[in-house]
Amino acid sequence: MATNEPRYRVPVPNFRPGDEPDFSHLNIPAAGDAKRPSVDVEGRETTALALGMVRVLDHNHQAVGEWNPELDPDVLREGLRHMVLTRVYDERMQKLQRQGKMSFYMKSTGEEAVSVAGAMALKNSDMVFPSYRQQGILFARGRDIVDMMCHCISNSKDNLKGRQLPVHYTWAEGNFFSISGNLGTQFPQAVGWAMAARYKSTDQVTASWIGDGTTAEGDFHGALTLASTYKAPVILNVVNNQFAISTHQNMAIGEAPTFAMKGLGYGIASMRVDGNDFLAVYAAMQWAAERARNGHGPTYVEYFSYRADAHSTSDDPSGYRPKTEARAWPLGDPIERLKNHLIGLGEWDEERHEALDKELNELVVKSYKEAESFGTLHDGPLSPIPSIFEDVFEDQDWRLIRQRQDLGV
Amino acid sequence: MAKMNMIQALNSALDIAMENDPNVVSFGEDTGYFGGVFRVTAGLQDKYGLDRSFDTPINEAAIAAMAIGMAANGLRPVAEIQFSDYIFPAFDQIVNEMTRLRYRSAGQYTQPIVLRSPWGGGIRGGQTHSMSPEAFFTHIPGLRVVIPSNPYDAKGLLLASIENNDPVVFFEPKRMYNGPFDGKADGALASWANHPKGEVPEGHYTVPLDTAEVVREGNDVTVLAYGTLVHVALSAAEKSGVDAEVIDLKTLTPYDIDTITTSVKKTGRCIVSQEAPRTSGFAAELSAQIQEDCFYALEAPIYRVTGWDTPYPHAHEWSYFPGQDRFINALKSVMEAA
Repeated sequence: MATNEPRYRVPVPNFRPGDEPDFSHLNIPAAGDAKRPSVDVEGRETTALALGMVRVLDHNHQAVGEWNPELDPDVLREGLRHMVLTRVYDERMQKLQRQGKMSFYMKSTGEEAVSVAGAMALKNSDMVFPSYRQQGILFARGRDIVDMMCHCISNSKDNLKGRQLPVHYTWAEGNFFSISGNLGTQFPQAVGWAMAARYKSTDQVTASWIGDGTTAEGDFHGALTLASTYKAPVILNVVNNQFAISTHQNMAIGEAPTFAMKGLGYGIASMRVDGNDFLAVYAAMQWAAERARNGHGPTYVEYFSYRADAHSTSDDPSGYRPKTEARAWPLGDPIERLKNHLIGLGEWDEERHEALDKELNELVVKSYKEAESFGTLHDGPLSPIPSIFEDVFEDQDWRLIRQRQDLGV
Repeated sequence: MAKMNMIQALNSALDIAMENDPNVVSFGEDTGYFGGVFRVTAGLQDKYGLDRSFDTPINEAAIAAMAIGMAANGLRPVAEIQFSDYIFPAFDQIVNEMTRLRYRSAGQYTQPIVLRSPWGGGIRGGQTHSMSPEAFFTHIPGLRVVIPSNPYDAKGLLLASIENNDPVVFFEPKRMYNGPFDGKADGALASWANHPKGEVPEGHYTVPLDTAEVVREGNDVTVLAYGTLVHVALSAAEKSGVDAEVIDLKTLTPYDIDTITTSVKKTGRCIVSQEAPRTSGFAAELSAQIQEDCFYALEAPIYRVTGWDTPYPHAHEWSYFPGQDRFINALKSVMEAA
């Protein structure tokens, strides 16, 4: 084992397996501290928001401060339902992957509020360019669960004809772009979409999400440059879940105090948000959408969160971080926090929560049975083999026709 | 009909496309007010407004990505990459996104995009303004690569590319913006004004994609060329005395296999050419496919006339560039071969 002092700094995580995680060094502003500026604020005036943190739910699960979106309890219960469904779905799909039912899976455990509250604060007619961990958007937008599963098990009803890895959804009908496996490419694309929306004189807003690690990609800089230059109606979101597979966020953040600060150099309104706080995420997205819709330009948001499970079914996080880290995370769990808030309001209780959990588990189990009736990756039926030669171009050229003949299909 | 050089012909195509379809937008580095470093987009901003013909930040990846987002949302972007040597920052967006979106979304999103880019050597541009990077792009499924060789084709192919529903990389041989080039470095500068392909209809027309053209009929050897080398090959054929048939490919992917094989089966000999470095170039693909399809008709090995496997040199440009003499030598060699 190398023992020499490194000759330059190579950032490493604060804690490795076996360490006792201690997040007391994190400076987490209190709920209600952040000021809520007018939606037409100049980007450069958002420094306090970029350095601070928009938080609504306090440690007693009360909603406090200027950012409280004051949502109706029905909306909160709907949000809770989408988040629980996302988690139940993720758990079930992960298990099915372990049983060999699909090639790959990626959970969003601990990050459900980012997707669900974000999607609920947007209109369903708004466009989203998600990363691969935003399945919560699909639940919030009401996508059919059986269809989602059919995609993940690549069967004959997969709307992507088995061409994409599981969780790389596309749903144009739901204004949900095609998810790439290449990181960050969707960020500048979203700006182009937003410009076209403006070009067509619609009031559609476009939102895109990447992770903390992906801010290191050139496309991050391209997206922020384009968004700022053309004042596009776009919301550029960075989900800081602390990890890029095994690599800690300190491999991307450099000397910046927050990821949100990186937006200020572009003059874009920037803020950091408690990503595990449903109300804060909702309020931030609502603010950014109103800003974009009214022609005041882009917003850049960092969601401070924690990836509570593995990156994907291909890695085991106990190999690179303490198993106890998720539990020690000081911003808690988004589902627990919204649940406790609702209970505090007298609008929810443990019995109803258990019933909801049971109902959604049954829904997911039943949906999977139905999905499997359209085939599985292993046993078929899949999309017809000749379909691999379709949609390369609008029409097949001679090369594809010959190659299809070569394959004998 | 009007006399046009290639710049004017391309400008006319953009003008007509923007006039006919409000969803066509044009953008790139310096392409707005200034009209592009080669003036191809001149006057478009004045005529169609700032939001239809505009400048971009210097970020080719972002230019491509913006085109992807716009095209998915119903526009038909025509983006300029200032020199084809500068296209590589956009490579990821082209390879992994633009050319796969129809496929990976199973047709839910399409990409009617044209990436125009001045291409090729012969202008003393040195290693960063002379490249012929087409082979990187012909290797990408779902992408058309189109390279015109004269004003008439340039306009008709650009209009066809803009009207096509799939992405096109449209390389413009910059050596021939102002006139044809016979491949003799010390020859007089030619003009399109005296060339039949410089006669260009002022209105709308298209030249079909995926279709090559026999530009010189002959019986002894087939020469495949595109871009600047079409004229070099034609001049060489005239001077060599060899009865060569010259084919202008126009579209590299998908290339027009029927026109190629019909000719090679007739002549029994073939030269494939490119300005780009030899190894793994597009000529290699042509050579492989021709031997698969025409092996028993061939009377000699397929010859390649290409640039060298070096970066494009500045001072010794004419030792690199596959000019007239190299074509004449190849024509003689292929005729002498068994």
